[in-house]
Amino acid sequence: MRSKLRFVYAHYRFLILRRALQLGILLLFFGANAWGWNLLAGDLSSSRILGKVPLADPLAVLQLLLAGGVLAGEVLVGALLVLIAYALIGRAFCAWVCPVNLITDLAEWTRKLLGFREPPLMYLNRKLRYVVLAMVLVLSLALSLPVFEFVSPISAAARGVAFGMGMGWALLLAIFLFDLFVVRHGYCGHICPLGAFYSLISRFRRVRVRHVKDNCTLCGLCFNACPEPHVLSLVGKHDGTVNIPECTNCFRCVEVCDDDALFVSLSGGWSK
Amino acid sequence: MAEVDETRRRMIFRTLQGVTLTAVGGAFWAGFVHENAQAELVLRPPGALPEDEFLATCIRCGLCVNDCPYDTLKLGAYGDNVPVGTPFFEPRKVPCYLCEDIPCAAACPTGALDLLSLTDEEGELDVSKSRMGVAVVDYNNCIASRGLRCDACVRACPYIGDAIFVDTRRNPRTGKHAMLVPVVDADYCTGCGLCEHACVTEEPTIIVLPREVALGKAGEHYDLPSPDFTPEVPENEI
Ligand code: SF4
Ligand code: SF4
Ligand code: SF4
Ligand code: SF4
Repeated sequence: MRSKLRFVYAHYRFLILRRALQLGILLLFFGANAWGWNLLAGDLSSSRILGKVPLADPLAVLQLLLAGGVLAGEVLVGALLVLIAYALIGRAFCAWVCPVNLITDLAEWTRKLLGFREPPLMYLNRKLRYVVLAMVLVLSLALSLPVFEFVSPISAAARGVAFGMGMGWALLLAIFLFDLFVVRHGYCGHICPLGAFYSLISRFRRVRVRHVKDNCTLCGLCFNACPEPHVLSLVGKHDGTVNIPECTNCFRCVEVCDDDALFVSLSGGWSK
Repeated sequence: MAEVDETRRRMIFRTLQGVTLTAVGGAFWAGFVHENAQAELVLRPPGALPEDEFLATCIRCGLCVNDCPYDTLKLGAYGDNVPVGTPFFEPRKVPCYLCEDIPCAAACPTGALDLLSLTDEEGELDVSKSRMGVAVVDYNNCIASRGLRCDACVRACPYIGDAIFVDTRRNPRTGKHAMLVPVVDADYCTGCGLCEHACVTEEPTIIVLPREVALGKAGEHYDLPSPDFTPEVPENEI
């Protein structure tokens, strides 16, 4: 029993925390609308903690500003708070908050369960998401509308849980199937402009994964667990931190590594 | 030399592929967004900015929905035929009860619901200034206009006498009865939909429409007196 608990702690502690946070946030949003809870009300576009502290999706705010919206100060403060938070902790939104991550991780889990190793049905470049992000900004300006907010599966999922899903489930199912059958890590790893946005601002993050080369046995477990394996390019080659911006700080690599070669490093910075 | 040309040709072709894909994708995306933003028959909460500004300001957070005590407001989901994620209401289901403290507009973090537009000169909140829509009567099917006794909509209106009133007409069919016909004055109607909610007919014969849909415009070159519908009915005829 003790050893089982220890195993779970060693291999799943971050995963359990992430799922608890992701689901907890959805539960608070739902409770705020259904039962008048006050801890965290709204949805992932914008919310309020205890009816006071505003939070807002900085990419949504950027789209609205480009669309010509004259926004009240509160939502600007909210976006700034979130922006600063993710600048410090990196693209952690994707691994710790975003509800779509639940779906795309489920697709990945299903893939592994069924032993899918087939090559992707189509080739997508991992940089495609930056093109999509650029399109979001240009189209928002051109149409005077926040264009990603009309199609975002992230908003659709969070809003759907809190305020009613409508046909939104079809969008989420499409993403699941896309990730399962068409391209591995398809949506989050190649397309999502919000993930791209948080990657861009994570350059100077203070929280990084650190690698100790001498402990690494080149088993490849981290590469297999990582949703963005290209960020682990230093593994087995040299000591240092994972500095490539697409790392989501999910710390799956840290918990699957059995050889003490990967750690969470709070110092951040460009250490050697 | 031929080698270089081949690499170059390839690069140009790849670039064109990328540009084409982006353009086609962008066109479909823009098309969907444009289409979705066109939903015309949407009623917004009190204090909402004009629709095009509203769509560029509302972040779709649902805080207005959370704070409406009557569950009037909903956030548009896919399939609701409403710009997705934006707040709206359907008065036949639940009308807006015109809360004096206007919690929906007070909750809005973006200013898409503009509390200032609902504030009078003394700085007091005045929900009667909201213009969510305007009630329109279908006189062909309204039973009061056909000679039956009904004033459900008139009595439901919080601004009875201003926004809606009874126009007493002689019933030409019987020649000796009165018809009590509801008439709406768009200058006072808030569009709350309490009338539509109260209407007794199978399908409501008084419905709230967005003001841009229902109201016309005379044009600047007309020098018109301010509208005054209130009929002057001699006391003894009421
Ligand atoms: S990439 Fe996008 S959808 Fe995926 S977890 Fe990040 S924000 Fe969510
Ligand atoms: S490098 Fe590690 S922490 Fe970063 S995304 Fe990959 S598995 Fe997660
Ligand atoms: S005024 Fe009151 S009833 Fe009307 S939408 Fe706002 S909160 Fe709801
Ligand atoms: S509170 Fe304001 S920004 Fe949020 S959904 Fe309502 S109108 Fe939109």
